[in-house]
Amino acid sequence: MSVDVAPVEHAFEEVAPPKGRHGAAAWVSWIARRLGLAVLTLWLVSILVFVATTALGDPVRAILGKDYNSDKARVAQLTAQLNLDESLVTRYFHWLGNFLTGDFGTSIANQQPVAGQIGDNVVNTLVLVAISAIVMIPVAFGIAMISTNYRRRRPDTVIQTILLMLAALPEFVVGILLVAIFSTTVFHWLPAVTISGPGQHPWNEPKTMILPVATLVLAVAPYVSRIVRANLLEVLDSDYVELARLKGIPERVVMRKHALLNAIVPGIQVIALQLAWLAGGVVLVEKVFNYPGVGNQLVDSVQNHDVPMVQALTLIIAGVYVVVNLVADLLSILLTPRARTAISS
Amino acid sequence: MSTAAQEPTATRTTSGIAIEDLRIGLTARPGVDVVDDIDLVLRPGEVVGLVGESGSGKTTVGTALLGYTRAGAAIERGKILFEDKDVLGLPWQQVRQLRGEEIAYVPQDPASALNPAIRIGRQIVELMELRGLGTDESRLQGARDGLAEVGLPNDDEFLRRYSHQLSGGQVQRVALAMAFLPKPKVLVLDEPTTGLDVTTQGMVLQTMGELCRTHGVAALYVTHDLAVIANIADRVAVMYAGQIAELGDRDTIFQSPTHPYTRALLDSIPHLSQARALSGIPGRTPAPGARPSGCRFNDRCEYAIDECRAAVPELHDVTPGHSVRCIRAGEIGTWDISRGTVPDTDPDKKRDIILSLEDLGVFYGHKQVVFDVNFDLGRAEVVALVGESGSGKTTISRCVGGLHKEWTGTIAFEGNQLGHGSRKRSVDDRKRIQYIFQNPYLSLNPRLTIEQIVKRPMELFGIASGKAATERVVELLDQVALGPAVLKYQASRLSGGERQRVAIARALAAEPDVLVCDEITSALDVSVQGSIVALLESLRVSRGISMLFVTHNLALVRSIADRVQILNTGRVVESGPVVQVMESPQEEYTKRLLANSPRID
Repeated sequence: MSVDVAPVEHAFEEVAPPKGRHGAAAWVSWIARRLGLAVLTLWLVSILVFVATTALGDPVRAILGKDYNSDKARVAQLTAQLNLDESLVTRYFHWLGNFLTGDFGTSIANQQPVAGQIGDNVVNTLVLVAISAIVMIPVAFGIAMISTNYRRRRPDTVIQTILLMLAALPEFVVGILLVAIFSTTVFHWLPAVTISGPGQHPWNEPKTMILPVATLVLAVAPYVSRIVRANLLEVLDSDYVELARLKGIPERVVMRKHALLNAIVPGIQVIALQLAWLAGGVVLVEKVFNYPGVGNQLVDSVQNHDVPMVQALTLIIAGVYVVVNLVADLLSILLTPRARTAISS
Repeated sequence: MSTAAQEPTATRTTSGIAIEDLRIGLTARPGVDVVDDIDLVLRPGEVVGLVGESGSGKTTVGTALLGYTRAGAAIERGKILFEDKDVLGLPWQQVRQLRGEEIAYVPQDPASALNPAIRIGRQIVELMELRGLGTDESRLQGARDGLAEVGLPNDDEFLRRYSHQLSGGQVQRVALAMAFLPKPKVLVLDEPTTGLDVTTQGMVLQTMGELCRTHGVAALYVTHDLAVIANIADRVAVMYAGQIAELGDRDTIFQSPTHPYTRALLDSIPHLSQARALSGIPGRTPAPGARPSGCRFNDRCEYAIDECRAAVPELHDVTPGHSVRCIRAGEIGTWDISRGTVPDTDPDKKRDIILSLEDLGVFYGHKQVVFDVNFDLGRAEVVALVGESGSGKTTISRCVGGLHKEWTGTIAFEGNQLGHGSRKRSVDDRKRIQYIFQNPYLSLNPRLTIEQIVKRPMELFGIASGKAATERVVELLDQVALGPAVLKYQASRLSGGERQRVAIARALAAEPDVLVCDEITSALDVSVQGSIVALLESLRVSRGISMLFVTHNLALVRSIADRVQILNTGRVVESGPVVQVMESPQEEYTKRLLANSPRID
């Protein structure tokens, strides 16, 4: 790789300007590479999922259990449905091809198409996660900033202790506590469980969303808040924040423009991991509130040995992980000028 | 008494700034001061140099002018008088209003002091925008004019850059332009040229001086570099252990320094015009809380008497405008700048070549960074590699030391070709060429004790082991002027100078014939540099060790080296005996380097 050095007047003018012309092309190739890697990841996940669910042992035996020896017709039917008479590789590509064309197979438990069964639940979970994220991000950053403002003084200590306590509590305990406080024992303001019939979404009754969202926010915000606070403290000790103060910039502008902008990136990565984790279905929280999300469904499917359901749900969850992390990486780079200019030049 | 006390009216009528009886203490340890009894007046259009070693409290005084202390320190007493107001007595809203607009600050390390996430164009105008000074157009024009004033491009493309897209000198000048934009009346510059190349430093200093004088700004220039002070300051305040030890006009301070500390500092800095036997100051600068009673310099002072330990001396005038904090100021004789001068090495001296480089070319991947370098090193000789950053001087030394493998040409040690990289060298070659790194804060393993660190090469090369090795360690530490007390210490308990001595002892433990010294004094205070140079000189004489000495400091070269190679962008532009190259440089580049090097002689 050769570097063109333009003739310069002084030795100190030698830093090349950012090359704007090649910027767009560089971005396209960067994004293409990242998407390629994401696809590769998903493909590897699909192999793992497929192998883990169908290839290890005899799925028919696993599904039927005691009935395996008595019910020959069912064995034949399942073998046909799962294409077990074909080779593993053929089955895999057959399955992958179907999956890519939107045919997720047929549920073994109730012989309904998988897509129709999980569609609503996936949407329910994504909406729950999205609302939680919208509430959680400002809350976590706000708490981090308040805490930083009182660094190592009483309010900071109190906030940090509470956050640590919340982070240490399992999320379903938080959920049960909230139910006890707001629905059953103390007050009776909010519904304790989500009741939604088929074809209905929980948010048709907005009140029922409040407690699940609150639980998830309380489960995730402490982590994010603590990471952002740690980064903010580090940034506040930096030379550029000292210079901003010595320059006479008001403290709130120092915090907002000079410090937060540089502390936000590690926060984004944590948020992404936490959101992806939520999307994986917080089974216990869904149980507590009877929320019709993917977590509940996944557990049921595993219990029923409903292979096509498990495969579809797992791949969708993996897809959410990959997409969320890709978005986080992209945001991190957009918010870090050094990384951004490194790509465009 | 103090200078400020003499001119109480002057401080009220001019727009300068005056520090009166300032004391800053540690919040965690009541009664312990960081700085104490500081009186200093800055007049408009005047640059006052505040010089001192690390830990002397000079930066603390600098930021106190802006009513600011770092976390853990607090202003306990004193006034900062600016336009009839005491900055320290003002409510914080008004202090903030003064900052930037009236009293501006130029940071020590602008590469880390500019916000990495904000474009420099926005950072420059940020303050004026927040204060609503001027319009968008006038601010932008001001930023452009300011950048032009400091010799930087001012087009839109440049304004849209981030700080990491600028070179060190550019960042520094952006910081200067930023500080000047609101037209402040007082400027505090905190070592703004540390780490810059001499040419860049020369440029920044010149710009700064011009701006201060044309805009009538009162400037406080904080630095540890006396040579820089000699070039730009009108008056000089020498700080030691939190107090001003001596204060006077620049010429007074450099021609007739009166405080023993000032003299010792001047004795430790090398001159461009002649070789000197440099000396350090014994001991180390005491930290707050560990300072001796009485005169704070008494434990390191060669003139100290019992009275010096009894009471803290007052800063008193010896002549008008020249005050000294020393009770023996009149008794200790005069000082001469040429004290310690020694003759340069005779260019015709016979040489016994031990190491020679022929047609050395060095690559990083496919990129060639060093071209056709030829030179040799004689026994008991010091050859200096000099150049600005990016000139390839460290790269060459790393090839010699076996730390970099991608080179072509020949490096011959006593006539035998050396392998590329240390893995390809014989044990004997590795033992006989030792490398000392630039930064002693990073080059010593923090988990090992000093004894383990120094003993390691002996065990590695089978020189000594067990009790015999420990005895050798004590011996070596003694040679580098460290007592046996440090044996069980870890490096974190030592000062920078002490650490570098340990690094030297570690290199000596292998009983080398060649030492490769990579900028080994650039991270150290001048007085420590002086003592390290004295140590190296004694090793060269007593053990006949040869040295490859990498540096950017030409004055240091004059005092330490026999021969010099001037490097520019990977090529040797001029070489020869030090006296020839420095007295009659032939190349434009060498002349420029010499002209830009700050000098006190």
